Order: sequence, then C-alpha cells, then structure tokens
Amino acid sequence: MAIVDLANPSRFLKIVNPAIPWLGGLTVVAFAIGITLAVLAPDDYQQGATVKIMFLHVPGAWLGMLAWGIMTIAALGTLVWRHPLADVTAKAAAPIGAAFTFMCLVTGSLWGRPMWGTYWVWDARLTSVLVLFLLYLGVIAVWRTVEEPSRAARAVAILTLVGAVDLPIIKFSVEWWNTLHQSASVFRMDGPTIDPSILVPLLVMTGAFTLLFITLLLAAMRNEILRRRVRTLRLMQASVAG
Amino acid sequence: MEDPNHLAFIVAAYGAACGVVAALIAWVVLDYRTQSAKLAQFESKGVVRGNAGRVAAIQEASRDP
Repeated sequence: MAIVDLANPSRFLKIVNPAIPWLGGLTVVAFAIGITLAVLAPDDYQQGATVKIMFLHVPGAWLGMLAWGIMTIAALGTLVWRHPLADVTAKAAAPIGAAFTFMCLVTGSLWGRPMWGTYWVWDARLTSVLVLFLLYLGVIAVWRTVEEPSRAARAVAILTLVGAVDLPIIKFSVEWWNTLHQSASVFRMDGPTIDPSILVPLLVMTGAFTLLFITLLLAAMRNEILRRRVRTLRLMQASVAG
Repeated sequence: MEDPNHLAFIVAAYGAACGVVAALIAWVVLDYRTQSAKLAQFESKGVVRGNAGRVAAIQEASRDP
C-alpha cells in the first residue's frame, strides 16, 4: 500500500483502529523501562537528585516542538496539496503539543527554582518557549471559533507557518543570546555531553513520551474524523428536515 | 530549612507531568466515546453517509409528525 492511500480517511481508520491498542501497550512497556532507569539513575555531581526532572523536561520540550513541526508540514498539506488528512492532523496535534509545552514550562520552572534560585526569568529560551505555548493557545482558539472546518484550517495553516519561525529561535536561543538556560547537551554536532548513566534513561524516557505522543495523535485524529462525520450527518439531517 | 535533595520540587514535577498525561488520555478517550455515541445515534435513526443514508434520512424525516 502506498503512503498516499492513507489520504483516504476510511482507509486511515482501518489501519489506525487496530494499531492504537498495540501502540498503547508498547508505550506502557517503554514507560515501565524508562521510569525504572530514571529511578535507578545516579544523582548529578552538581545538580543532585533534581537532574531527574530532566527526564520529563526534555521530552516535554522535544514534543512541544515536534508537534508544531508536524503542524507546519500539515499546514503545507492544507494550503499546497489540499491533503484530506492535513487539517485533521493539524487540529489533533495542537492540544497535544500545547500540553507537552505546558509540561516543559512547569517542570523547567520547578527545576529552575532549586538550581537558579528562581522559577522564571525572561531570558530568550524561556520566553521563546512561552511564545510557543501562546501560539498553541491561539491556534486552538481559531479552531474553536471558526465553525466551518475548511475555513478554520486555512487560517490555522497561515498562523502555523508564521509561528514556525519560533522553532529555530527556541533551538538556537541559547547560542544567539546570553541566557540562564544551559546550552545544548544532547543534540550536538560533537555528540552528547551527558554521562551515559543519565543519558540512557533520558533517551528511553524521550522514546516513551514520543510513543505516547504518536498514540495520542493517532487517537485524536480518529476522533476528529468521527467528529466531521457527525457534522456531515447533522447537516444532512437538517437539510432533509428543512 | 531547605531540603538538600529538593525532593518537593522533584515530586511536584512528576506530579505535574502525570496530571498532563492523565488529562490528555482522558480527553482522547472521552472524546472518542462522545463521537462514537453520536454516530451510533444517527445510525439508529437510519441516517448514514452516502446516497443510501440520504434516502433513509428522507424516509425518517417524512415519518416525523
């Protein structure tokens, strides 16, 4: 089956319906391994036990940005290729991305207080992630305000493409400006600078959260397809009754 | 005196993450149930997508007082 066949919502549901329970099971196993490794991970020589907050904070940041990246590709799908599942994907990804960005901000704040002595500073990294969270809220508001899904999709697509500028700003903020936030320590050209005893649990937890994200995204896309079917039937019934 | 291990911050962070994940799962599951129930309601009235559904909807509407 070609990937283009997934453009058909019925075929998409046929594939996704049996896949969701398996992905859910795989996610539970990945979290069981990840949490075990996180508990057994040694304390950092400088940060002590608070380094365990990183196992939540980094996946939150990664998925907050990944969701917007997916929404950006979906925006192109809506505006350029008019792919039937593009705006379904964008609408489903927005609340999930917002939730993970929120998790990144909250866990970062709780990590910052004991390490920096403050919950929040208006530096480039923290502010650009907050902007991402506000962009998510804006996108969700547009989806909820405009009733016609195809009209909402076009407005959201434009907002998403404009908001995508924030992704490189988040990534490079720690290099472009002086910030309280540490510089990149995992995704670096010269390799990670974290000790394997902490890096391995971090990567496993990131994998587990990514599996959770995929499962939630597919389930939310399924819900959105069903919601559009309900809307179609409601309109059909109204036109017949009218 | 502040706990040198900062346990309260670690517990609060894991609690917040659990809350976010639980809220996401609940949202997806409840939404699925809601949409499935609405579709089933239409189906029970004979309103389905496509031409056959349109005919059934017209018949259903003509039966209504």
